[in-house]
Amino acid sequence: MIFLFYMLSAIMVISALFVVFSKSPINNVIFLIICFIAMAGHYILLNAQFLAVVHIIVYTGAIMVLFLFVIMLLNLNKAIIPQKSKMTRIMAVIAGGIFFLVLLAATRQTFEIQPRYPFTSEIGLVANIGKTLFHEYLLPFELSSVLFLAAMVGAVMFGKKDHLSDEN
Amino acid sequence: MKEISSAIQLIPLEYYIILSVTLFSIGVMGILFRRNIIAILMCLELMFNSVNLLLTAFSAYHSDPSGQVFVFFIMIVAAAEVAVGLSIVVMMKRNVESVDINLLNRLKW
Repeated sequence: MIFLFYMLSAIMVISALFVVFSKSPINNVIFLIICFIAMAGHYILLNAQFLAVVHIIVYTGAIMVLFLFVIMLLNLNKAIIPQKSKMTRIMAVIAGGIFFLVLLAATRQTFEIQPRYPFTSEIGLVANIGKTLFHEYLLPFELSSVLFLAAMVGAVMFGKKDHLSDEN
Repeated sequence: MKEISSAIQLIPLEYYIILSVTLFSIGVMGILFRRNIIAILMCLELMFNSVNLLLTAFSAYHSDPSGQVFVFFIMIVAAAEVAVGLSIVVMMKRNVESVDINLLNRLKW
């Protein structure tokens, strides 16, 4: 079981590094999809079946396909963006490494937290998640529909051609 | 169900914390590293997902379903954010004919 954890983690970290370091946007999207599928495996390992399914549907099914659509619509694979200067890139890697060390040092204290509730393995099942979602978090759930409506209207407004600039 | 529940107890929680911290740092490094705005949005998704993994791990180890409901809400917000962000990318490509974020510096000073 620990072997499965190591394998999924290695896939995730390596494909995340490829997302950062590979130049073509299409390759970035493909590696990010691999990373997300490995993360769905982690969710199943953590016994969160509902989240694993939602993660596959929402992220790999909707969001990454949206990214691919935009890249192909704008024909970005040909247009090579000039990279940042070498100094900036080296400093970015150093800053990321230092940030990693700081976060690791900050989260070391959480290693000794004791669980609050007795252990049950049925937390991530659809029945339990649904009960919690519709009893305790009903208002945020309904408000999220308003958020979606606002995002949809905003996306349409951004995507529309600017009439003012057309007239000028 | 018995075998799956033993899987959680075999892997220490520290491993998940270290994995999430690693992924979050890779996301931060990518945002500093790239100039393509779509790659930066992808690194943002990576950071979202590392936080999701950490919340799920804590929720599973502490047997509290609120953490997983919270992950569900984060996914909702991420979907809305990506829709608006990608439409901004399309608008930027239409107006300045590029997806280089160094061209978007009019609000810098």
